[in-house]
Amino acid sequence: MDRREFLHVLGMAAACGLPLTAFSARANAQTAARLYDLPRFGNTHLLHFTDCHAQLLPVYFREPNVNLGVADMSGRPPHLVGEALLKHFGIKAGTAEAHAYTFLDFEHAARTYGKVGGFAHLATLVKQMKASRPGALLLDGGDTWQGSATALWTQGQDMVDAGKLLGVDVMTGHWEFTLGAERVRHVVDNDFKGKIDFLAQNIKTADFGDPVFPPYVIKPINGVPVAIVGQAFPYTPIANPRYMTPDWSFGIQEETLQKAVDEARAKGAQAVILLSHNGMDVDLKLATRVRGIDAILGGHTHDGVPAPTIVSNAGGKTLVTNAGSNGKFLGVLDLDVKGGKVVDFRYKLLPVFANLLPADAEMQALITRVRAPYTEKLGEQLALTEGLLYRRGSFNGTFDQLVLEGLMAEKDTPIAFSPGFRWGTSLLPGEPILMEHLMDQTAITYPYTTVTEMTGETIKFILEDVGDNLFNADPYYQQGGDMVRVGGLSYTCDPNGRTGARISDMSIKGKPLDAAKTYKVAGWAPVSAEAKARGGEPIWDLMARYLRSRKVIKPMQLELPRLKGMEGNGGLA
Amino acid sequence: MDQTRRDVLRASGGASLFAMLAAAGLLRSGPTLAADWNKKAFESKNIKDALEALGAGSPADSADIVMTAPEIAENGAVVPVAAVSKIPGTESIAFLIAKNPTALAASFNIPSGTEPSVSTRVKLAQTTDVHVLVKANGKYYMTKKEIKVTIGGCGG
Repeated sequence: MDRREFLHVLGMAAACGLPLTAFSARANAQTAARLYDLPRFGNTHLLHFTDCHAQLLPVYFREPNVNLGVADMSGRPPHLVGEALLKHFGIKAGTAEAHAYTFLDFEHAARTYGKVGGFAHLATLVKQMKASRPGALLLDGGDTWQGSATALWTQGQDMVDAGKLLGVDVMTGHWEFTLGAERVRHVVDNDFKGKIDFLAQNIKTADFGDPVFPPYVIKPINGVPVAIVGQAFPYTPIANPRYMTPDWSFGIQEETLQKAVDEARAKGAQAVILLSHNGMDVDLKLATRVRGIDAILGGHTHDGVPAPTIVSNAGGKTLVTNAGSNGKFLGVLDLDVKGGKVVDFRYKLLPVFANLLPADAEMQALITRVRAPYTEKLGEQLALTEGLLYRRGSFNGTFDQLVLEGLMAEKDTPIAFSPGFRWGTSLLPGEPILMEHLMDQTAITYPYTTVTEMTGETIKFILEDVGDNLFNADPYYQQGGDMVRVGGLSYTCDPNGRTGARISDMSIKGKPLDAAKTYKVAGWAPVSAEAKARGGEPIWDLMARYLRSRKVIKPMQLELPRLKGMEGNGGLA
Repeated sequence: MDQTRRDVLRASGGASLFAMLAAAGLLRSGPTLAADWNKKAFESKNIKDALEALGAGSPADSADIVMTAPEIAENGAVVPVAAVSKIPGTESIAFLIAKNPTALAASFNIPSGTEPSVSTRVKLAQTTDVHVLVKANGKYYMTKKEIKVTIGGCGG
């Protein structure tokens, strides 16, 4: 398909889409052309998606209105939301782009522009970008095999097949490892063999420190040798169960990375790209310390950042990007490599609007096929939501609030904890909550629900511990999730506080939390091997029962901490 | 990757490997250097007392000690730590852990002509500074890094 044909197809798609919108077919075609008619630049091209969390179908996804950054990360990308983000990147309010990158006027804009992502629509965009950019490589930043019911039920096979069909060339990982080391090995050694390079220079055997996966690969793009180096999520065995990968050690290993970069350069690589699952704050710090990387194509923190941050280091300059989540974006990096080095670049983070990009027939057929055995189960209506349901946010989201209320009701506890996962899609007011949507929030391999007796002191310790993983001034000490969601308990949080002194004024139903008293706390997704041995009802069974009994879910009242010292922070709207 | 050392060991069998290492002189038995064991230092409850027992006083901070350790421990019970000293005349390298019940975790004597590069695993009860103490030409130098021990979970 050449550019003219592609524009024609976009026009056709726009004409038959969106009957509900106030926008004309012509306006849609104009939007599609503005977004997707991206002129080629330079001679070396990389396409990047990350953290799709197994969302094969188009979804709604609300970007956060709270994404706090502290210390050096305060007030700069990716810690900008809403108007502050639009202003920083010069994006006009009320446009399709503004809707893609921010939460602003979410419900109305979502109804106007429709769903985002979906592998069939992403495939059309990838094909077009590959057609206009011969030799382009497609990089998958990971968190691809987890996040949906079908990915869980097929052990990621649906996404392995979809990734291959999409034409992924190189991949790294994080949640992939929660399927277990053996499953990952099996896919890499069989399904991926000769097709997709799975790279991770920072995964080594725990005993001798031997590499588990290749650290990098060098591929020619239009005659330019380009090295892709893989960086898996460094804190996988801490943020997720260590028993899933007991023989592997991860971490941020600057020396190993520097060695891989230097080695690739010595072998003739004229551009070096780090395919990273570090999270953007970690990547921004890493870019100041490791030399010789031209661009870090990053993920993990799910930040849809419209333009790269340019970081200076002893070796020159490094671009740092983050490409959002849930299949909502495709990053396009064009490099001009001349005289053996990168001399210029263009970068665009393209939103994938399902109504503006026709579905790719081949991918659509695959999706239909993998879903066929499960359609009845996926389609069960559990309840109807009257309010907007979403997850993302530094402290809480309405879908998490619903999970907290379900846990407290079903487990009969005064307090509940829910992990600060950043995946999970959004539902608009008036939409049914299907089993599929519940699984989008809960589909993990350690779904056990728990009731734990904790003293007030322990509860504070946990909030401090998780808070430090989010707000430590040094990004290398952060894990990249959001704050643990807390139901039944109110507290004050001072993100700028020192470790162990961020949480205060904890109270339960108006009464101060007693450090010595024992409280029952419901939760799910425990990471210890002991918790696995104990088992516990899967969160989706508990929540399905709760939703069926409620039938209609009223708009959620979010339980949020009182914040200290965050006035004027661009990550708070 | 094709083959890790774990695979090689598995294939070669434990017994024969032991014989091989023993033959190569890599495993030593016989008298240990018990006389050098600084009981007082190893039983010190905090860094200050351990430094005193070692006769290190107040060591100078040094950028010539390169410490490799994770920022966040994957398993607090076995945390890999390593140190390389670029200070000429390095005689010993020790690891001290601020918040462990006994601070001095390990001390390595570096015979003259040996590369001053050591690694070991230490147990950390909680988030703590881990110090590397180097003795070189009779003087003491130190560097440190915080290693976080977290309850985990809630990430992603």
